Amino acid sequence: MIKKQIQITINGKTVKCPEGTTVLKAAKKVGIEIPALCQHDDFCVKANCRVCVVEIKGSSKLQTSCSTIARDGMEIITDSERVKKARNMNLELIFAEHIEKCADCIWRFECPLLHYAEKYKILITTFKDRKGQRQTYKFGNAVEIDGSQCIDCRNCIAACSDLQKINYLEIKDKGSNQEIVPTKKKDHHCILCGQCAVHCPVSAAQEQSNWEVIEPALKAKKEHKNGKKILVAQIAPSIRVSIGENFGLPYGKIVTGHIVAALKELGFDYVFDVNFGADMTTMVEAAELIERIEKKGTMPMMTSCCPGWVNYVEAYHPELIPHLTTSRSPHIHSGGAIKTYWADLMKINPRDITVVSIMPCTAKKYEAARAEMKIKGNFPVDYVLTTREFSFMIKKNGIDFAKLKPAKADDPLGGYSGAAAIYGASGGVMESALRTAHALGCGDDTAGLCKERLEFKSVRGLAGVKESTLQVAGTELRVAVVNGIGNIDPVINNLSAYDYIEVMACPGGCIGGGGQPIPTNEEIRKKRIAALYAHDKDLKIRQAHKNLDVLKVLSWLHKKGHKMEHGVLHTKYKKNTKL
Amino acid sequence: MINILEKLKDSALTGRGGGCFNTAEKWSLVKLSEGVEKYVICNASEGEPGVKKDRYILEHHAGRVIDGMKIAMDFLGASPGIVYLNPDYYFKFKDRLKKIIGPTPIKVFNKPRQAGYCGGEETSALNTIEGKRTEPRFRPPYPPTSGLYGCPTLVNNVETLYAVSLIARNEYKKKRFYTLSGDIIKDGVYEFPESWTIETVLKETNNWPNFEFFVQVGGDASGEILNHDQLKQEVTGSASIRVYSVIKYDPITLIKGWIDFFASESCGKCTPCREGTYRLHEILNNKEPDWEMFARILDTLSDTSFCGLGCSVPNAVRSYVRNVLNNSHESISNIRL
Repeated sequence: MIKKQIQITINGKTVKCPEGTTVLKAAKKVGIEIPALCQHDDFCVKANCRVCVVEIKGSSKLQTSCSTIARDGMEIITDSERVKKARNMNLELIFAEHIEKCADCIWRFECPLLHYAEKYKILITTFKDRKGQRQTYKFGNAVEIDGSQCIDCRNCIAACSDLQKINYLEIKDKGSNQEIVPTKKKDHHCILCGQCAVHCPVSAAQEQSNWEVIEPALKAKKEHKNGKKILVAQIAPSIRVSIGENFGLPYGKIVTGHIVAALKELGFDYVFDVNFGADMTTMVEAAELIERIEKKGTMPMMTSCCPGWVNYVEAYHPELIPHLTTSRSPHIHSGGAIKTYWADLMKINPRDITVVSIMPCTAKKYEAARAEMKIKGNFPVDYVLTTREFSFMIKKNGIDFAKLKPAKADDPLGGYSGAAAIYGASGGVMESALRTAHALGCGDDTAGLCKERLEFKSVRGLAGVKESTLQVAGTELRVAVVNGIGNIDPVINNLSAYDYIEVMACPGGCIGGGGQPIPTNEEIRKKRIAALYAHDKDLKIRQAHKNLDVLKVLSWLHKKGHKMEHGVLHTKYKKNTKL
Repeated sequence: MINILEKLKDSALTGRGGGCFNTAEKWSLVKLSEGVEKYVICNASEGEPGVKKDRYILEHHAGRVIDGMKIAMDFLGASPGIVYLNPDYYFKFKDRLKKIIGPTPIKVFNKPRQAGYCGGEETSALNTIEGKRTEPRFRPPYPPTSGLYGCPTLVNNVETLYAVSLIARNEYKKKRFYTLSGDIIKDGVYEFPESWTIETVLKETNNWPNFEFFVQVGGDASGEILNHDQLKQEVTGSASIRVYSVIKYDPITLIKGWIDFFASESCGKCTPCREGTYRLHEILNNKEPDWEMFARILDTLSDTSFCGLGCSVPNAVRSYVRNVLNNSHESISNIRL
């Protein structure tokens, strides 16, 4: 339904907007920036930071523009002395809640506090810091909340409770003593999804960073001081459609070439693509699906490439462990291939290789460090950087990202299919697996029932749960895709209704991951997803089993014997309530 | 019973909790709202210092209050009712109330102690009853359309419901309860016509001071300060009158008392109240308070706070400076408070 257009004036300027628009959004549309910190499109209006206040004719008090719905004929002033005075005061009060740790803060180039301080010419030091003694709460090795930087906007609470329904974070005490703390309730566990971090405007909730370990290694490399050490970076499927946002590029712009160039510029010796690993994952997972169906194994099978989801299963529903595919996740697959197949090919000792994954995710930090991932004593992936950490390194090193000459990922672990490209979107993993499962299940029979099937559109999109019944290699498969862990309950409560379930802990899948650029919201998630599907369509091969380099790696592993093959491709899970 | 709304309209009764919203209007809003379930809540939080009238009413007229609730519940088809009591009142009155309530579906709710002052704010009370954090809700929706558990909810003060009972039985004489305290001999709660001026109330109770004084009306924290020339007006808000002897109070101590109360009672939800009151407290503890900053923070509190409690923080300080200090205290009154 098309909404009625209404007309308002902002600072004397006539503005048209659809009925139901907030004053904040109406102003933004015409280029009037009203500062806002606690407002986030993913959440209900909270209106607690009080910096988006405006004057509205007829109202005695100032009004928060994030919560005020524009009405026809409304007259709004955003820059009167009264507004400036109150807004600046609230900003100054907020600044004093946030201890500046700018030098090491990965969000300093995008920091809204610094931005507003500069824009409105206000001191960030009007008052004494009052939160110097606040604690930092660490969750696993992946996420932390630094109380000394928290501005009490409560986005983390909304993300953890309303969006993800994990309810791990709580508000302790009241007034100026209030503090965001992990719950003491024994039956609540953090799954390290990082949605608190990607919704925090000031990096109080943030990833436990690893860039400070990588940077000296890169520096040593540049100065030829690190001997035989080889630095390898690999990039996740979803970051190519998101990182550009941090450099002023439009939403959903695919910047794979720029990313590769930036990594090379930073000093990495080789850059591979986790999309290669995604094609490996698809092969392993599709084969497992068919095997489970044929041998009547534990059904439904569930995806396991999302470590937030795996953490959730291990903490809350260990009884579901047999349902999880034993397939490792894409970056662990490609990391494993780098340290076995590629090391062998290049005659490099795997111990001399450091693999750094650039991920949209905080939970990947935990996944990479799981002891069971080790292959012959080596971790497939040594460090995980989030999209934000990586973009910070680029900025910190003065690299003009948008102007880089795009480069190609290195062979032979750089090529990928369209099936891998869509891994970053909710439903993408399932669609990729189905494309290949269909082909594997059909064998050489490409007639009749087994006509090639590429697109499974019913598993796409941003609905919380996507259900459908699909014909795959002549078998009817009942599938469900859970988009965001907050939507998991109805599916878990109705397991027997499905044969195959994909779960992504973050809304939208990895493109909405906890390590992605800020802001991330529904509109942005849509644009990132659209870019991934467009990318898939553009690619010459769109099925994992047609990635010949992947087939080569798999057959090499097979020849190395079961132990090696299994070690690189599969993993196991266990009940775990202590991250 | 059918004409209760008409009677309420005729009485022009307004909320006696301090909000002064027209009672008949509130009742019709709840009546017109759709909901399978509707609630009637009697707000007996009485968290404002210096106001003791709800306590007095519960002590002497509890039957009337419950009667008022029953009338509201009948009118709205609401069930159940809830008496929302601060912990002291709960301890004192719960047994008697339960006896009066009998089999009627009215529950007696013990407000947790930490809910404090802000637990009396209408939407904070709803959160508290639901077991959520005690802090105000974003409005709209307003409680009459979406209150307790999202159902249409009537929240009325103890005294309002007492008056409802009188109105329904045609016994209402446009009187209200005044809490008198401070530097007077005959403090306590009195029932007088609502049209009486502050001066009349003090004189009729033989409390008119023979020394230099000022008063605070409508709560000892958020109430307005008036000098002795400003008392030919009716009381406001919750109708408390506190008398201060000029000679007994040092301005800074007085201001500190008000500010510290708000700083310790802020729920923490919005920036101006949480941070602002903290900084006001900090400024007052400096040897040389920065009054200009102090005034800026006060302005921000009244102009941008999330709820009425935050907006009311400056009331006492500002009116005290304007009406009492009035240039007598150089460092404070030289700036515009």
